[in-house]
Amino acid sequence: MGCCCSQGDCNVGQQSGDNIALNLLDDVIAEYRGAAGSLIPVLQKAQDIYGYLPAEVIRYIGRQMDVKPAKIFGVATFYAQFRFSPVGKYLIMLCQGTACHVNGSEKIETALSEELNIKMGETTDDGLFTLNDAACLGCCSLAPVMMINGRAYGPLTPDKARSIIKDIYAKEKEAKEGVEQ
Amino acid sequence: MKLRIGLGSCGIAAGGLAVLDTLESEIKNRGLDLEVMNTGCIGMCHNEPLVDVIEDDGRVFTYGMVTDKIALQIMEDHVAGGNPVEEHLVSATDKPAAFMDGQVRVALRNCGVMDPESIDEYIKQGGYEALTKCLTQMTPEEVIEEVKISGLRGRGGAGFPTWFKWNATRQAKGDKKYIVCNADEGDPGAFMDRSALEGDPHGVLEGMIIAGYAAGASDGAIYCRAEYPLAIRRLEIAIEQARERGMLGSDIMGSNFSFDMYIKQGAGAFVCGEETALIASLEGERGMPRLKPPFPSESGYWGKPTNINNVETFANIPWIIREGGAAFGAMGTEKSKGTKVFALAGKIKYGGLIEVPIGIPLRDVIYKVGGGIKGDRQFKAVQMGGPSGGCIPAGYLDTPVDYESIMALGAIMGSGGMVVMDETTCMVDIARYFLDFTQKESCGKCVQCRIGTKRMLEVLERICEGQGKPGDIELLEELCVMVREGSLCGLGQGAPNPILTTIKYFRDEYEAHIHDHKCPAKQCKALIEYKIDKDKCTGCTICAKKCPVNAISGDKRQPHVIDEALCTRCGTCIDVCPTKFSAVYID
Ligand SMILES: Cc1cc2nc3c(=O)[nH]c(=O)nc-3n(C[C@H](O)[C@H](O)[C@H](O)COP(=O)(O)O)c2cc1C
Ligand code: FES
Repeated sequence: MGCCCSQGDCNVGQQSGDNIALNLLDDVIAEYRGAAGSLIPVLQKAQDIYGYLPAEVIRYIGRQMDVKPAKIFGVATFYAQFRFSPVGKYLIMLCQGTACHVNGSEKIETALSEELNIKMGETTDDGLFTLNDAACLGCCSLAPVMMINGRAYGPLTPDKARSIIKDIYAKEKEAKEGVEQ
Repeated sequence: MKLRIGLGSCGIAAGGLAVLDTLESEIKNRGLDLEVMNTGCIGMCHNEPLVDVIEDDGRVFTYGMVTDKIALQIMEDHVAGGNPVEEHLVSATDKPAAFMDGQVRVALRNCGVMDPESIDEYIKQGGYEALTKCLTQMTPEEVIEEVKISGLRGRGGAGFPTWFKWNATRQAKGDKKYIVCNADEGDPGAFMDRSALEGDPHGVLEGMIIAGYAAGASDGAIYCRAEYPLAIRRLEIAIEQARERGMLGSDIMGSNFSFDMYIKQGAGAFVCGEETALIASLEGERGMPRLKPPFPSESGYWGKPTNINNVETFANIPWIIREGGAAFGAMGTEKSKGTKVFALAGKIKYGGLIEVPIGIPLRDVIYKVGGGIKGDRQFKAVQMGGPSGGCIPAGYLDTPVDYESIMALGAIMGSGGMVVMDETTCMVDIARYFLDFTQKESCGKCVQCRIGTKRMLEVLERICEGQGKPGDIELLEELCVMVREGSLCGLGQGAPNPILTTIKYFRDEYEAHIHDHKCPAKQCKALIEYKIDKDKCTGCTICAKKCPVNAISGDKRQPHVIDEALCTRCGTCIDVCPTKFSAVYID
């Protein structure tokens, strides 16, 4: 799918190596166009759709909502929530809050890094997991805590963290084999 | 009989959903007509997942750390057989848990008791009575007066009198006024706002609507951090329900007062908890604070008079209106009235959320309610107030917990986060941890905050790495003054507090790092060595197998040794060494 914005001279879609379906955004933009102060919710919904904020998407939003892309980049880079590169199917957010810190979140990070063979902030080669740090997840009395796709796990030990990852891998493998059969 | 299960984020994290499945399928298998009610967090997070069995006579039996197996046992013995499973009971109506003793629940009155997704349940608990009373019997001025009598101070950190802000917004000139609920809860280690929103969203909404009536506002916005997806979902449900029942919308209860609200999600910036930054973020800008005055009550959201309060502040309001300001004011100390919610976490035995009258001694919070330190270790300090707060050492355990007394020690009440530390916590590392946080979260507007926090972090990092120099403590103290004085908002002004309090109360630890290259708490990796006691090691080989960098060698049944050059000090060996040997130690 190429670019779907209404302007004839637009070449945003073609600039991209991947095909990004910009028209997926049109409902969101229609909902918020003209509503003052709605840039952040639009970016949040865009990230929900694409998993991150591709440059093309930012430019498209700018054109559609009549905001300069520089301004959008300025806002988006201010907030930790916004990502500019794709993330894995499972987004692990490891809590770096105070309670988790004093209860050994560093050991959990080491265990996860080893198990997944990636460093903090990276994505596994198979595109399944991204490991990110997060501010306090609000489950401090279960520290150390991590959240995977919105669900919190705690209290963790290095072994428990490893086995949660292994379980997800196993589930993925099963699903894949199921499809192949 | 009825079953009730705690499904706040903490209950779900501990495996509550699986337990719910087990209970429900077991009820089906047994052909029972039994309701399993969802509820928020009662605060006993250390015992999650929690399952209550509520007898028809109203007695409540609470089971803790429920697994699938225990759930089946509860169904078999208690539900079908009528015999409570004593060994898994954490509290019962006639045997209340020590954790709940001494607590007084105002803001958390409905958390963990009712179904947060049902407006009918909320109304059954007396919900929206306070709103009805305001709209039908009280003028806005009378509402403000009642809040004034209560002595309620803002629970978001600064402790500013709530009535004063409401009145200022009421008095301000403007064709449109706003009520904003600050649900950004950025202090790492505090989670009362999450729990209140998840467990009693209507309580917060009712408080906001009442504030709207009192301040003459027609619109409300809740700024909730995106890390709280469950809170956001429950708020959405509550707002929808309140609209359907006419508690939100135009001409509420035929009173001519109209009020509606919406939710905006934060995007992960701590500084957006500061009210002027929050407003900038609501307007779709970078969340940078600005100089006050003008205060939001004069010029806030879109330049209009805006009253901003914290979640817990709003949650207290319906209770105050219903029970009277005097009843709230009867609790607490002379200057700090009512109750306050604290989040107990860290090295505490019974972590969770507690609500106690302000002014009770710190010792009671930690030892009576919290049960003391995990593993019965030595209490070292409690961190209060998060990144702008400080560490309070053992010598001050008898301090009453109120705004003034805590401030006098160099910490702050803040939002009520209490992270407890024991002798294994390094205080220099804690200071480093908080500076790492503030340095990353500084919005960059003030030079002193942006660069000063970075310089302070560098000094702390080198001390933790054993590279500290004589004079570093004095350098830190000097930088602290500059950052405090040169910063516009509370983030920079408070950033020195974790350093200043740890220097004040634990100077010897800094000196040990700098002069002796030792970390007394044995935490700083560069200053410790893992060793194996050859008299205790039996050569079981477990540590050698588990060591991720193969730094441990030795023959079977022979004492092992750790190669210092290879060791990354990850601590795996000490964790896996069987307790009956305990041969690994830190030097
Ligand atoms: C850096 C910084 C972070 C803050 N974070 C929060 C927060 O997460 N939640 C909150 O309610 N107040 C926070 N505050 C305090 C708010 O600025 C404001 O005082 C408060 O929301 C007012 O509500 P209250 O009067 O009910 O306490 C923060 C202040 C600063 C300086
Ligand atoms: S500190 Fe990790 S959940 Fe709060």
